[in-house]
Amino acid sequence: MTGLRTALASAALLLGSAAGLAAATDGFAAFTTETARRVAVRRHPVELPPVTLESDAGTRFTLGDLRGRWLLVDFIYTRCPTVCSALGGDFAQLERELAGPIAQGRIRLVSISFDPAHDTPAQLSAYLGRFGARNAAWQAARPLTVEGLRRLTAAFGVTVIPDGVGGYTHNAAIHLVDPDGRLADIFDPGDPERVSETVLGNLDP
Amino acid sequence: MTGGRRSFPVLLAALLMLVSMAPAVRRPLEASMTAQMLGQLPVLVAVGWLAARSLSARVLARVERWNRSGISGLILATAGAAFWMLPRSLDASTSQPLVAAGKYLSVPLLIGLPIALSWRRMGFVIRGLILAELVATCFRLGWLYRISPIRLCSNYGLDDQQRLGGYLLAVGGGLLVWLGWKLLWGRFETPSAARPQEGRRYWEPVQTLHCRMPASVASLRSAPSRSLERKERATMARCIEVIPTARSA
Repeated sequence: MTGLRTALASAALLLGSAAGLAAATDGFAAFTTETARRVAVRRHPVELPPVTLESDAGTRFTLGDLRGRWLLVDFIYTRCPTVCSALGGDFAQLERELAGPIAQGRIRLVSISFDPAHDTPAQLSAYLGRFGARNAAWQAARPLTVEGLRRLTAAFGVTVIPDGVGGYTHNAAIHLVDPDGRLADIFDPGDPERVSETVLGNLDP
Repeated sequence: MTGGRRSFPVLLAALLMLVSMAPAVRRPLEASMTAQMLGQLPVLVAVGWLAARSLSARVLARVERWNRSGISGLILATAGAAFWMLPRSLDASTSQPLVAAGKYLSVPLLIGLPIALSWRRMGFVIRGLILAELVATCFRLGWLYRISPIRLCSNYGLDDQQRLGGYLLAVGGGLLVWLGWKLLWGRFETPSAARPQEGRRYWEPVQTLHCRMPASVASLRSAPSRSLERKERATMARCIEVIPTARSA
């Protein structure tokens, strides 16, 4: 009898655990926070908060002002020696590959700094210069308030932690914002071809 | 069985729980991946393990009817451990208060407590399997954390992850040495011994199968002899190891 009861209890626990773990990993698709946010935005694009940004040219705008176009957004800090350089290189390549739709005003690139205290418009401008940004369609910008930065990184799912030696560790990615102003997809850095293919596939003919 | 013998571990569990919840302790424990996985989570497992002693004999007997050889408890604890090994669970528990509360409740109740109620029920083979799997998990995760260029937790840095990998390899190695030592020189209880005995609480030592008997009787073990009575033969057959006493009584 104890054997039978144990078999029943074990079967129920196995089923329950499998269901629980499936729910906790989006159907065994996402084991890390980073994968989870990508799976989540693909299923349900995320509305972005209207946070005022200051561009490298000193003008103020929100991502909402850029609606009607596809946006490629990355998060950087200009002193970054490692990952953001890869992101900068990717954006430079994307600017070249997508030159056609960019010239038609259908795509914009925005690099947002999470180190607004240091990244003044002059620094942002120098950052763009370093990567050979060719025209105003690639902007760098900083949020004007700490609260704005917090809301923006929370909506995009970007986690920034100080690395203890003056820099930051952060999850680096290229974010795709659709013409309705919603975060719709997230890509790894280092594969700009895949990003441009996806964006071109999304553009209306 | 007096309340006194029972209450010390339970008090210790309550104390550990309260201390680990205090912000001054919790913050440093969650500030690094290493401290969370090798400090906070094991402490919470221990809380559940110790808290099991607050259960009355009646509750224990009832649980036992559904937990033959500790199988149900093993499944529950494995699932709980699997959940808390997910990088996104660790991340969420440091950034979302609700998940943090869930961690403080579920790690003791779904991992520590079931292990405490099941470990002594498990047979030699199952215990060995679990320990071997624990060693393998330490090595697998340790290796992965050492070599992965990708941060698995968004809230923790790569250096932290690599340091944890090194520690996990060391823990796995230590467990392996201990397990090897136990296999070569240790004592084991057989499944029959792990079965509950009348009136015995689960944490009380099971009847030893290391039988002490007079040397004159012990020497007959290798040659089962008719000179032994049936009862003596039966006892001897159940002994793993016969320990001769110095002089025959």
